[in-house]
Amino acid sequence: MKKNAVSSGHRALTLRILRSSPTEGVAPHWQDFHLEEAEGMTLFIALNEVRETLDPALQFDFVCRAGICGSCGMLINGKPGLACRSLTRDLDPLITLAPLPVFELIGDLSVNTGKWMRGTAERLETWVHSSQEADLTALEAPMEPELAEAIYELDRCIECGCCVAGCGTLRMREEFVGAIGLNKIARFRLDPRDERSDDDFYQLIGDDTGVFGCMSLLACQDVCPKGLPLQTQIAFLRRKMVASGL
Amino acid sequence: MDSSFDSSGIARPLAPVRPLPEAAARSAQAVQVRTRKSRWPARLDLLQSASGLFLALFLVGHMFFVSSILISKEAFYAVARFFEGAYFLAEPRPWLVSGVVGVVLTVFVAHAWLAMRKFPANFRQYKVFAEHKAQLRHGDTGLWWIQLWTGFALFFLGTVHLYGMLTQPELIGPYESADRIWTGNMWPLYLLLLFAVEIHGSIGLYRLALKWGWLEGRDPAATRRRLRAAKTAFSVFFLGLGLASLLAYVQLGIAHADKAGERYVPQRASAVKLGELEFALSRRPGG
Repeated sequence: MKKNAVSSGHRALTLRILRSSPTEGVAPHWQDFHLEEAEGMTLFIALNEVRETLDPALQFDFVCRAGICGSCGMLINGKPGLACRSLTRDLDPLITLAPLPVFELIGDLSVNTGKWMRGTAERLETWVHSSQEADLTALEAPMEPELAEAIYELDRCIECGCCVAGCGTLRMREEFVGAIGLNKIARFRLDPRDERSDDDFYQLIGDDTGVFGCMSLLACQDVCPKGLPLQTQIAFLRRKMVASGL
Repeated sequence: MDSSFDSSGIARPLAPVRPLPEAAARSAQAVQVRTRKSRWPARLDLLQSASGLFLALFLVGHMFFVSSILISKEAFYAVARFFEGAYFLAEPRPWLVSGVVGVVLTVFVAHAWLAMRKFPANFRQYKVFAEHKAQLRHGDTGLWWIQLWTGFALFFLGTVHLYGMLTQPELIGPYESADRIWTGNMWPLYLLLLFAVEIHGSIGLYRLALKWGWLEGRDPAATRRRLRAAKTAFSVFFLGLGLASLLAYVQLGIAHADKAGERYVPQRASAVKLGELEFALSRRPGG
């Protein structure tokens, strides 16, 4: 019989999970869970099986199961990714899972990305800045479809935190805004309803904690589960901010 | 009526409901103060790239000029004298080379100073990045680590070489360089320098293109793959050219070791001198 295969012909998987619980004083330690691979199994399905059959106390986050909510980000064999978008058949039978770094650890694979994202949103003021009084009953001003598409393209970010965890610069320097912050600035810079100028954006990201701190490691681009054009957006912002700063 | 809906959030929809991460909260306060941000981070970022581009382009030219030894001793002699202005001044002026080296050294030091801003600033940062790199196994993250170490090596290797060229520009020639490399025991330094500078230069050009979005085209991912292939080709070509040139100087240095210190005189000049001697001899009475 093929190694790591069980009687049904499916592979035997081992999920090696970094367990911890800061609130209960459980120090980080690895724990192995053994299960049989199923057809089309994702890590999300595997983790649910572990929780249902082996350890109900296992903590991990999920909502949508379809790569939309961004809740199930974790380190999969050391690389940030979404559990619901990772097929076990694409991985070796021994799979290590750890919580995303940078974010506040809740327990096991669960981290508080929301707190970090909120801090970044407030720091970078990622909302439409308009001097016009909003009339909630009026029709929105029309926008060219191409422009709406371009804004939507950047708005697809699900704030899963994979780019944050994959960024060596941010790991070294926690004050760095990261690709997610820069992408949001690029999104609002495109938005005609936002009246901020490049000088205003320079105030937010025109230093080494902002766009000039980016070391172009490009892991953000390579691990983003939504395939956002982070590489080109950061390069574009860098050019604009240099032009604004000179 | 009781409700789980908190209407206070409407009135102040952006008020923090939980304490912010310390770094983010600090920056949020800084933004609110609205002091005008320094323009220098933009200038320094541009200067780092511009100085790196200048040095990389200089390196390309330098390697072609140095490798003229592979054609012949005369070819390298001609190149060396050209940069001393021998073909447009009355006589060679080695200080012209010192001037060029002085500019390169200045840019080199400036680039090192600017790049140091990105180095890990303490052991914690160093350890975090090293562990992150080992865990992520990501190509471009690894390339930056190589840049860090080759750049660090160049602080020393590059400075020694540039100082020598700055202070002894007249000792650039087929025998002079070969003697310096072999009899002067500079070949180990040049060997290390060659690897450090070619790898650093090729990765630097690749990263520059990505950093500023040059040559992105319609498919930036495909461009990135092509740039990466070009980077590897650049490294292999210039390492090969450099190694072949260094070997040629070493061979010449070994052959010339017993006459180390003797300046090179091109064959044509020798022939002229020899011709003058023969002419003088033929004019001797009874010659």
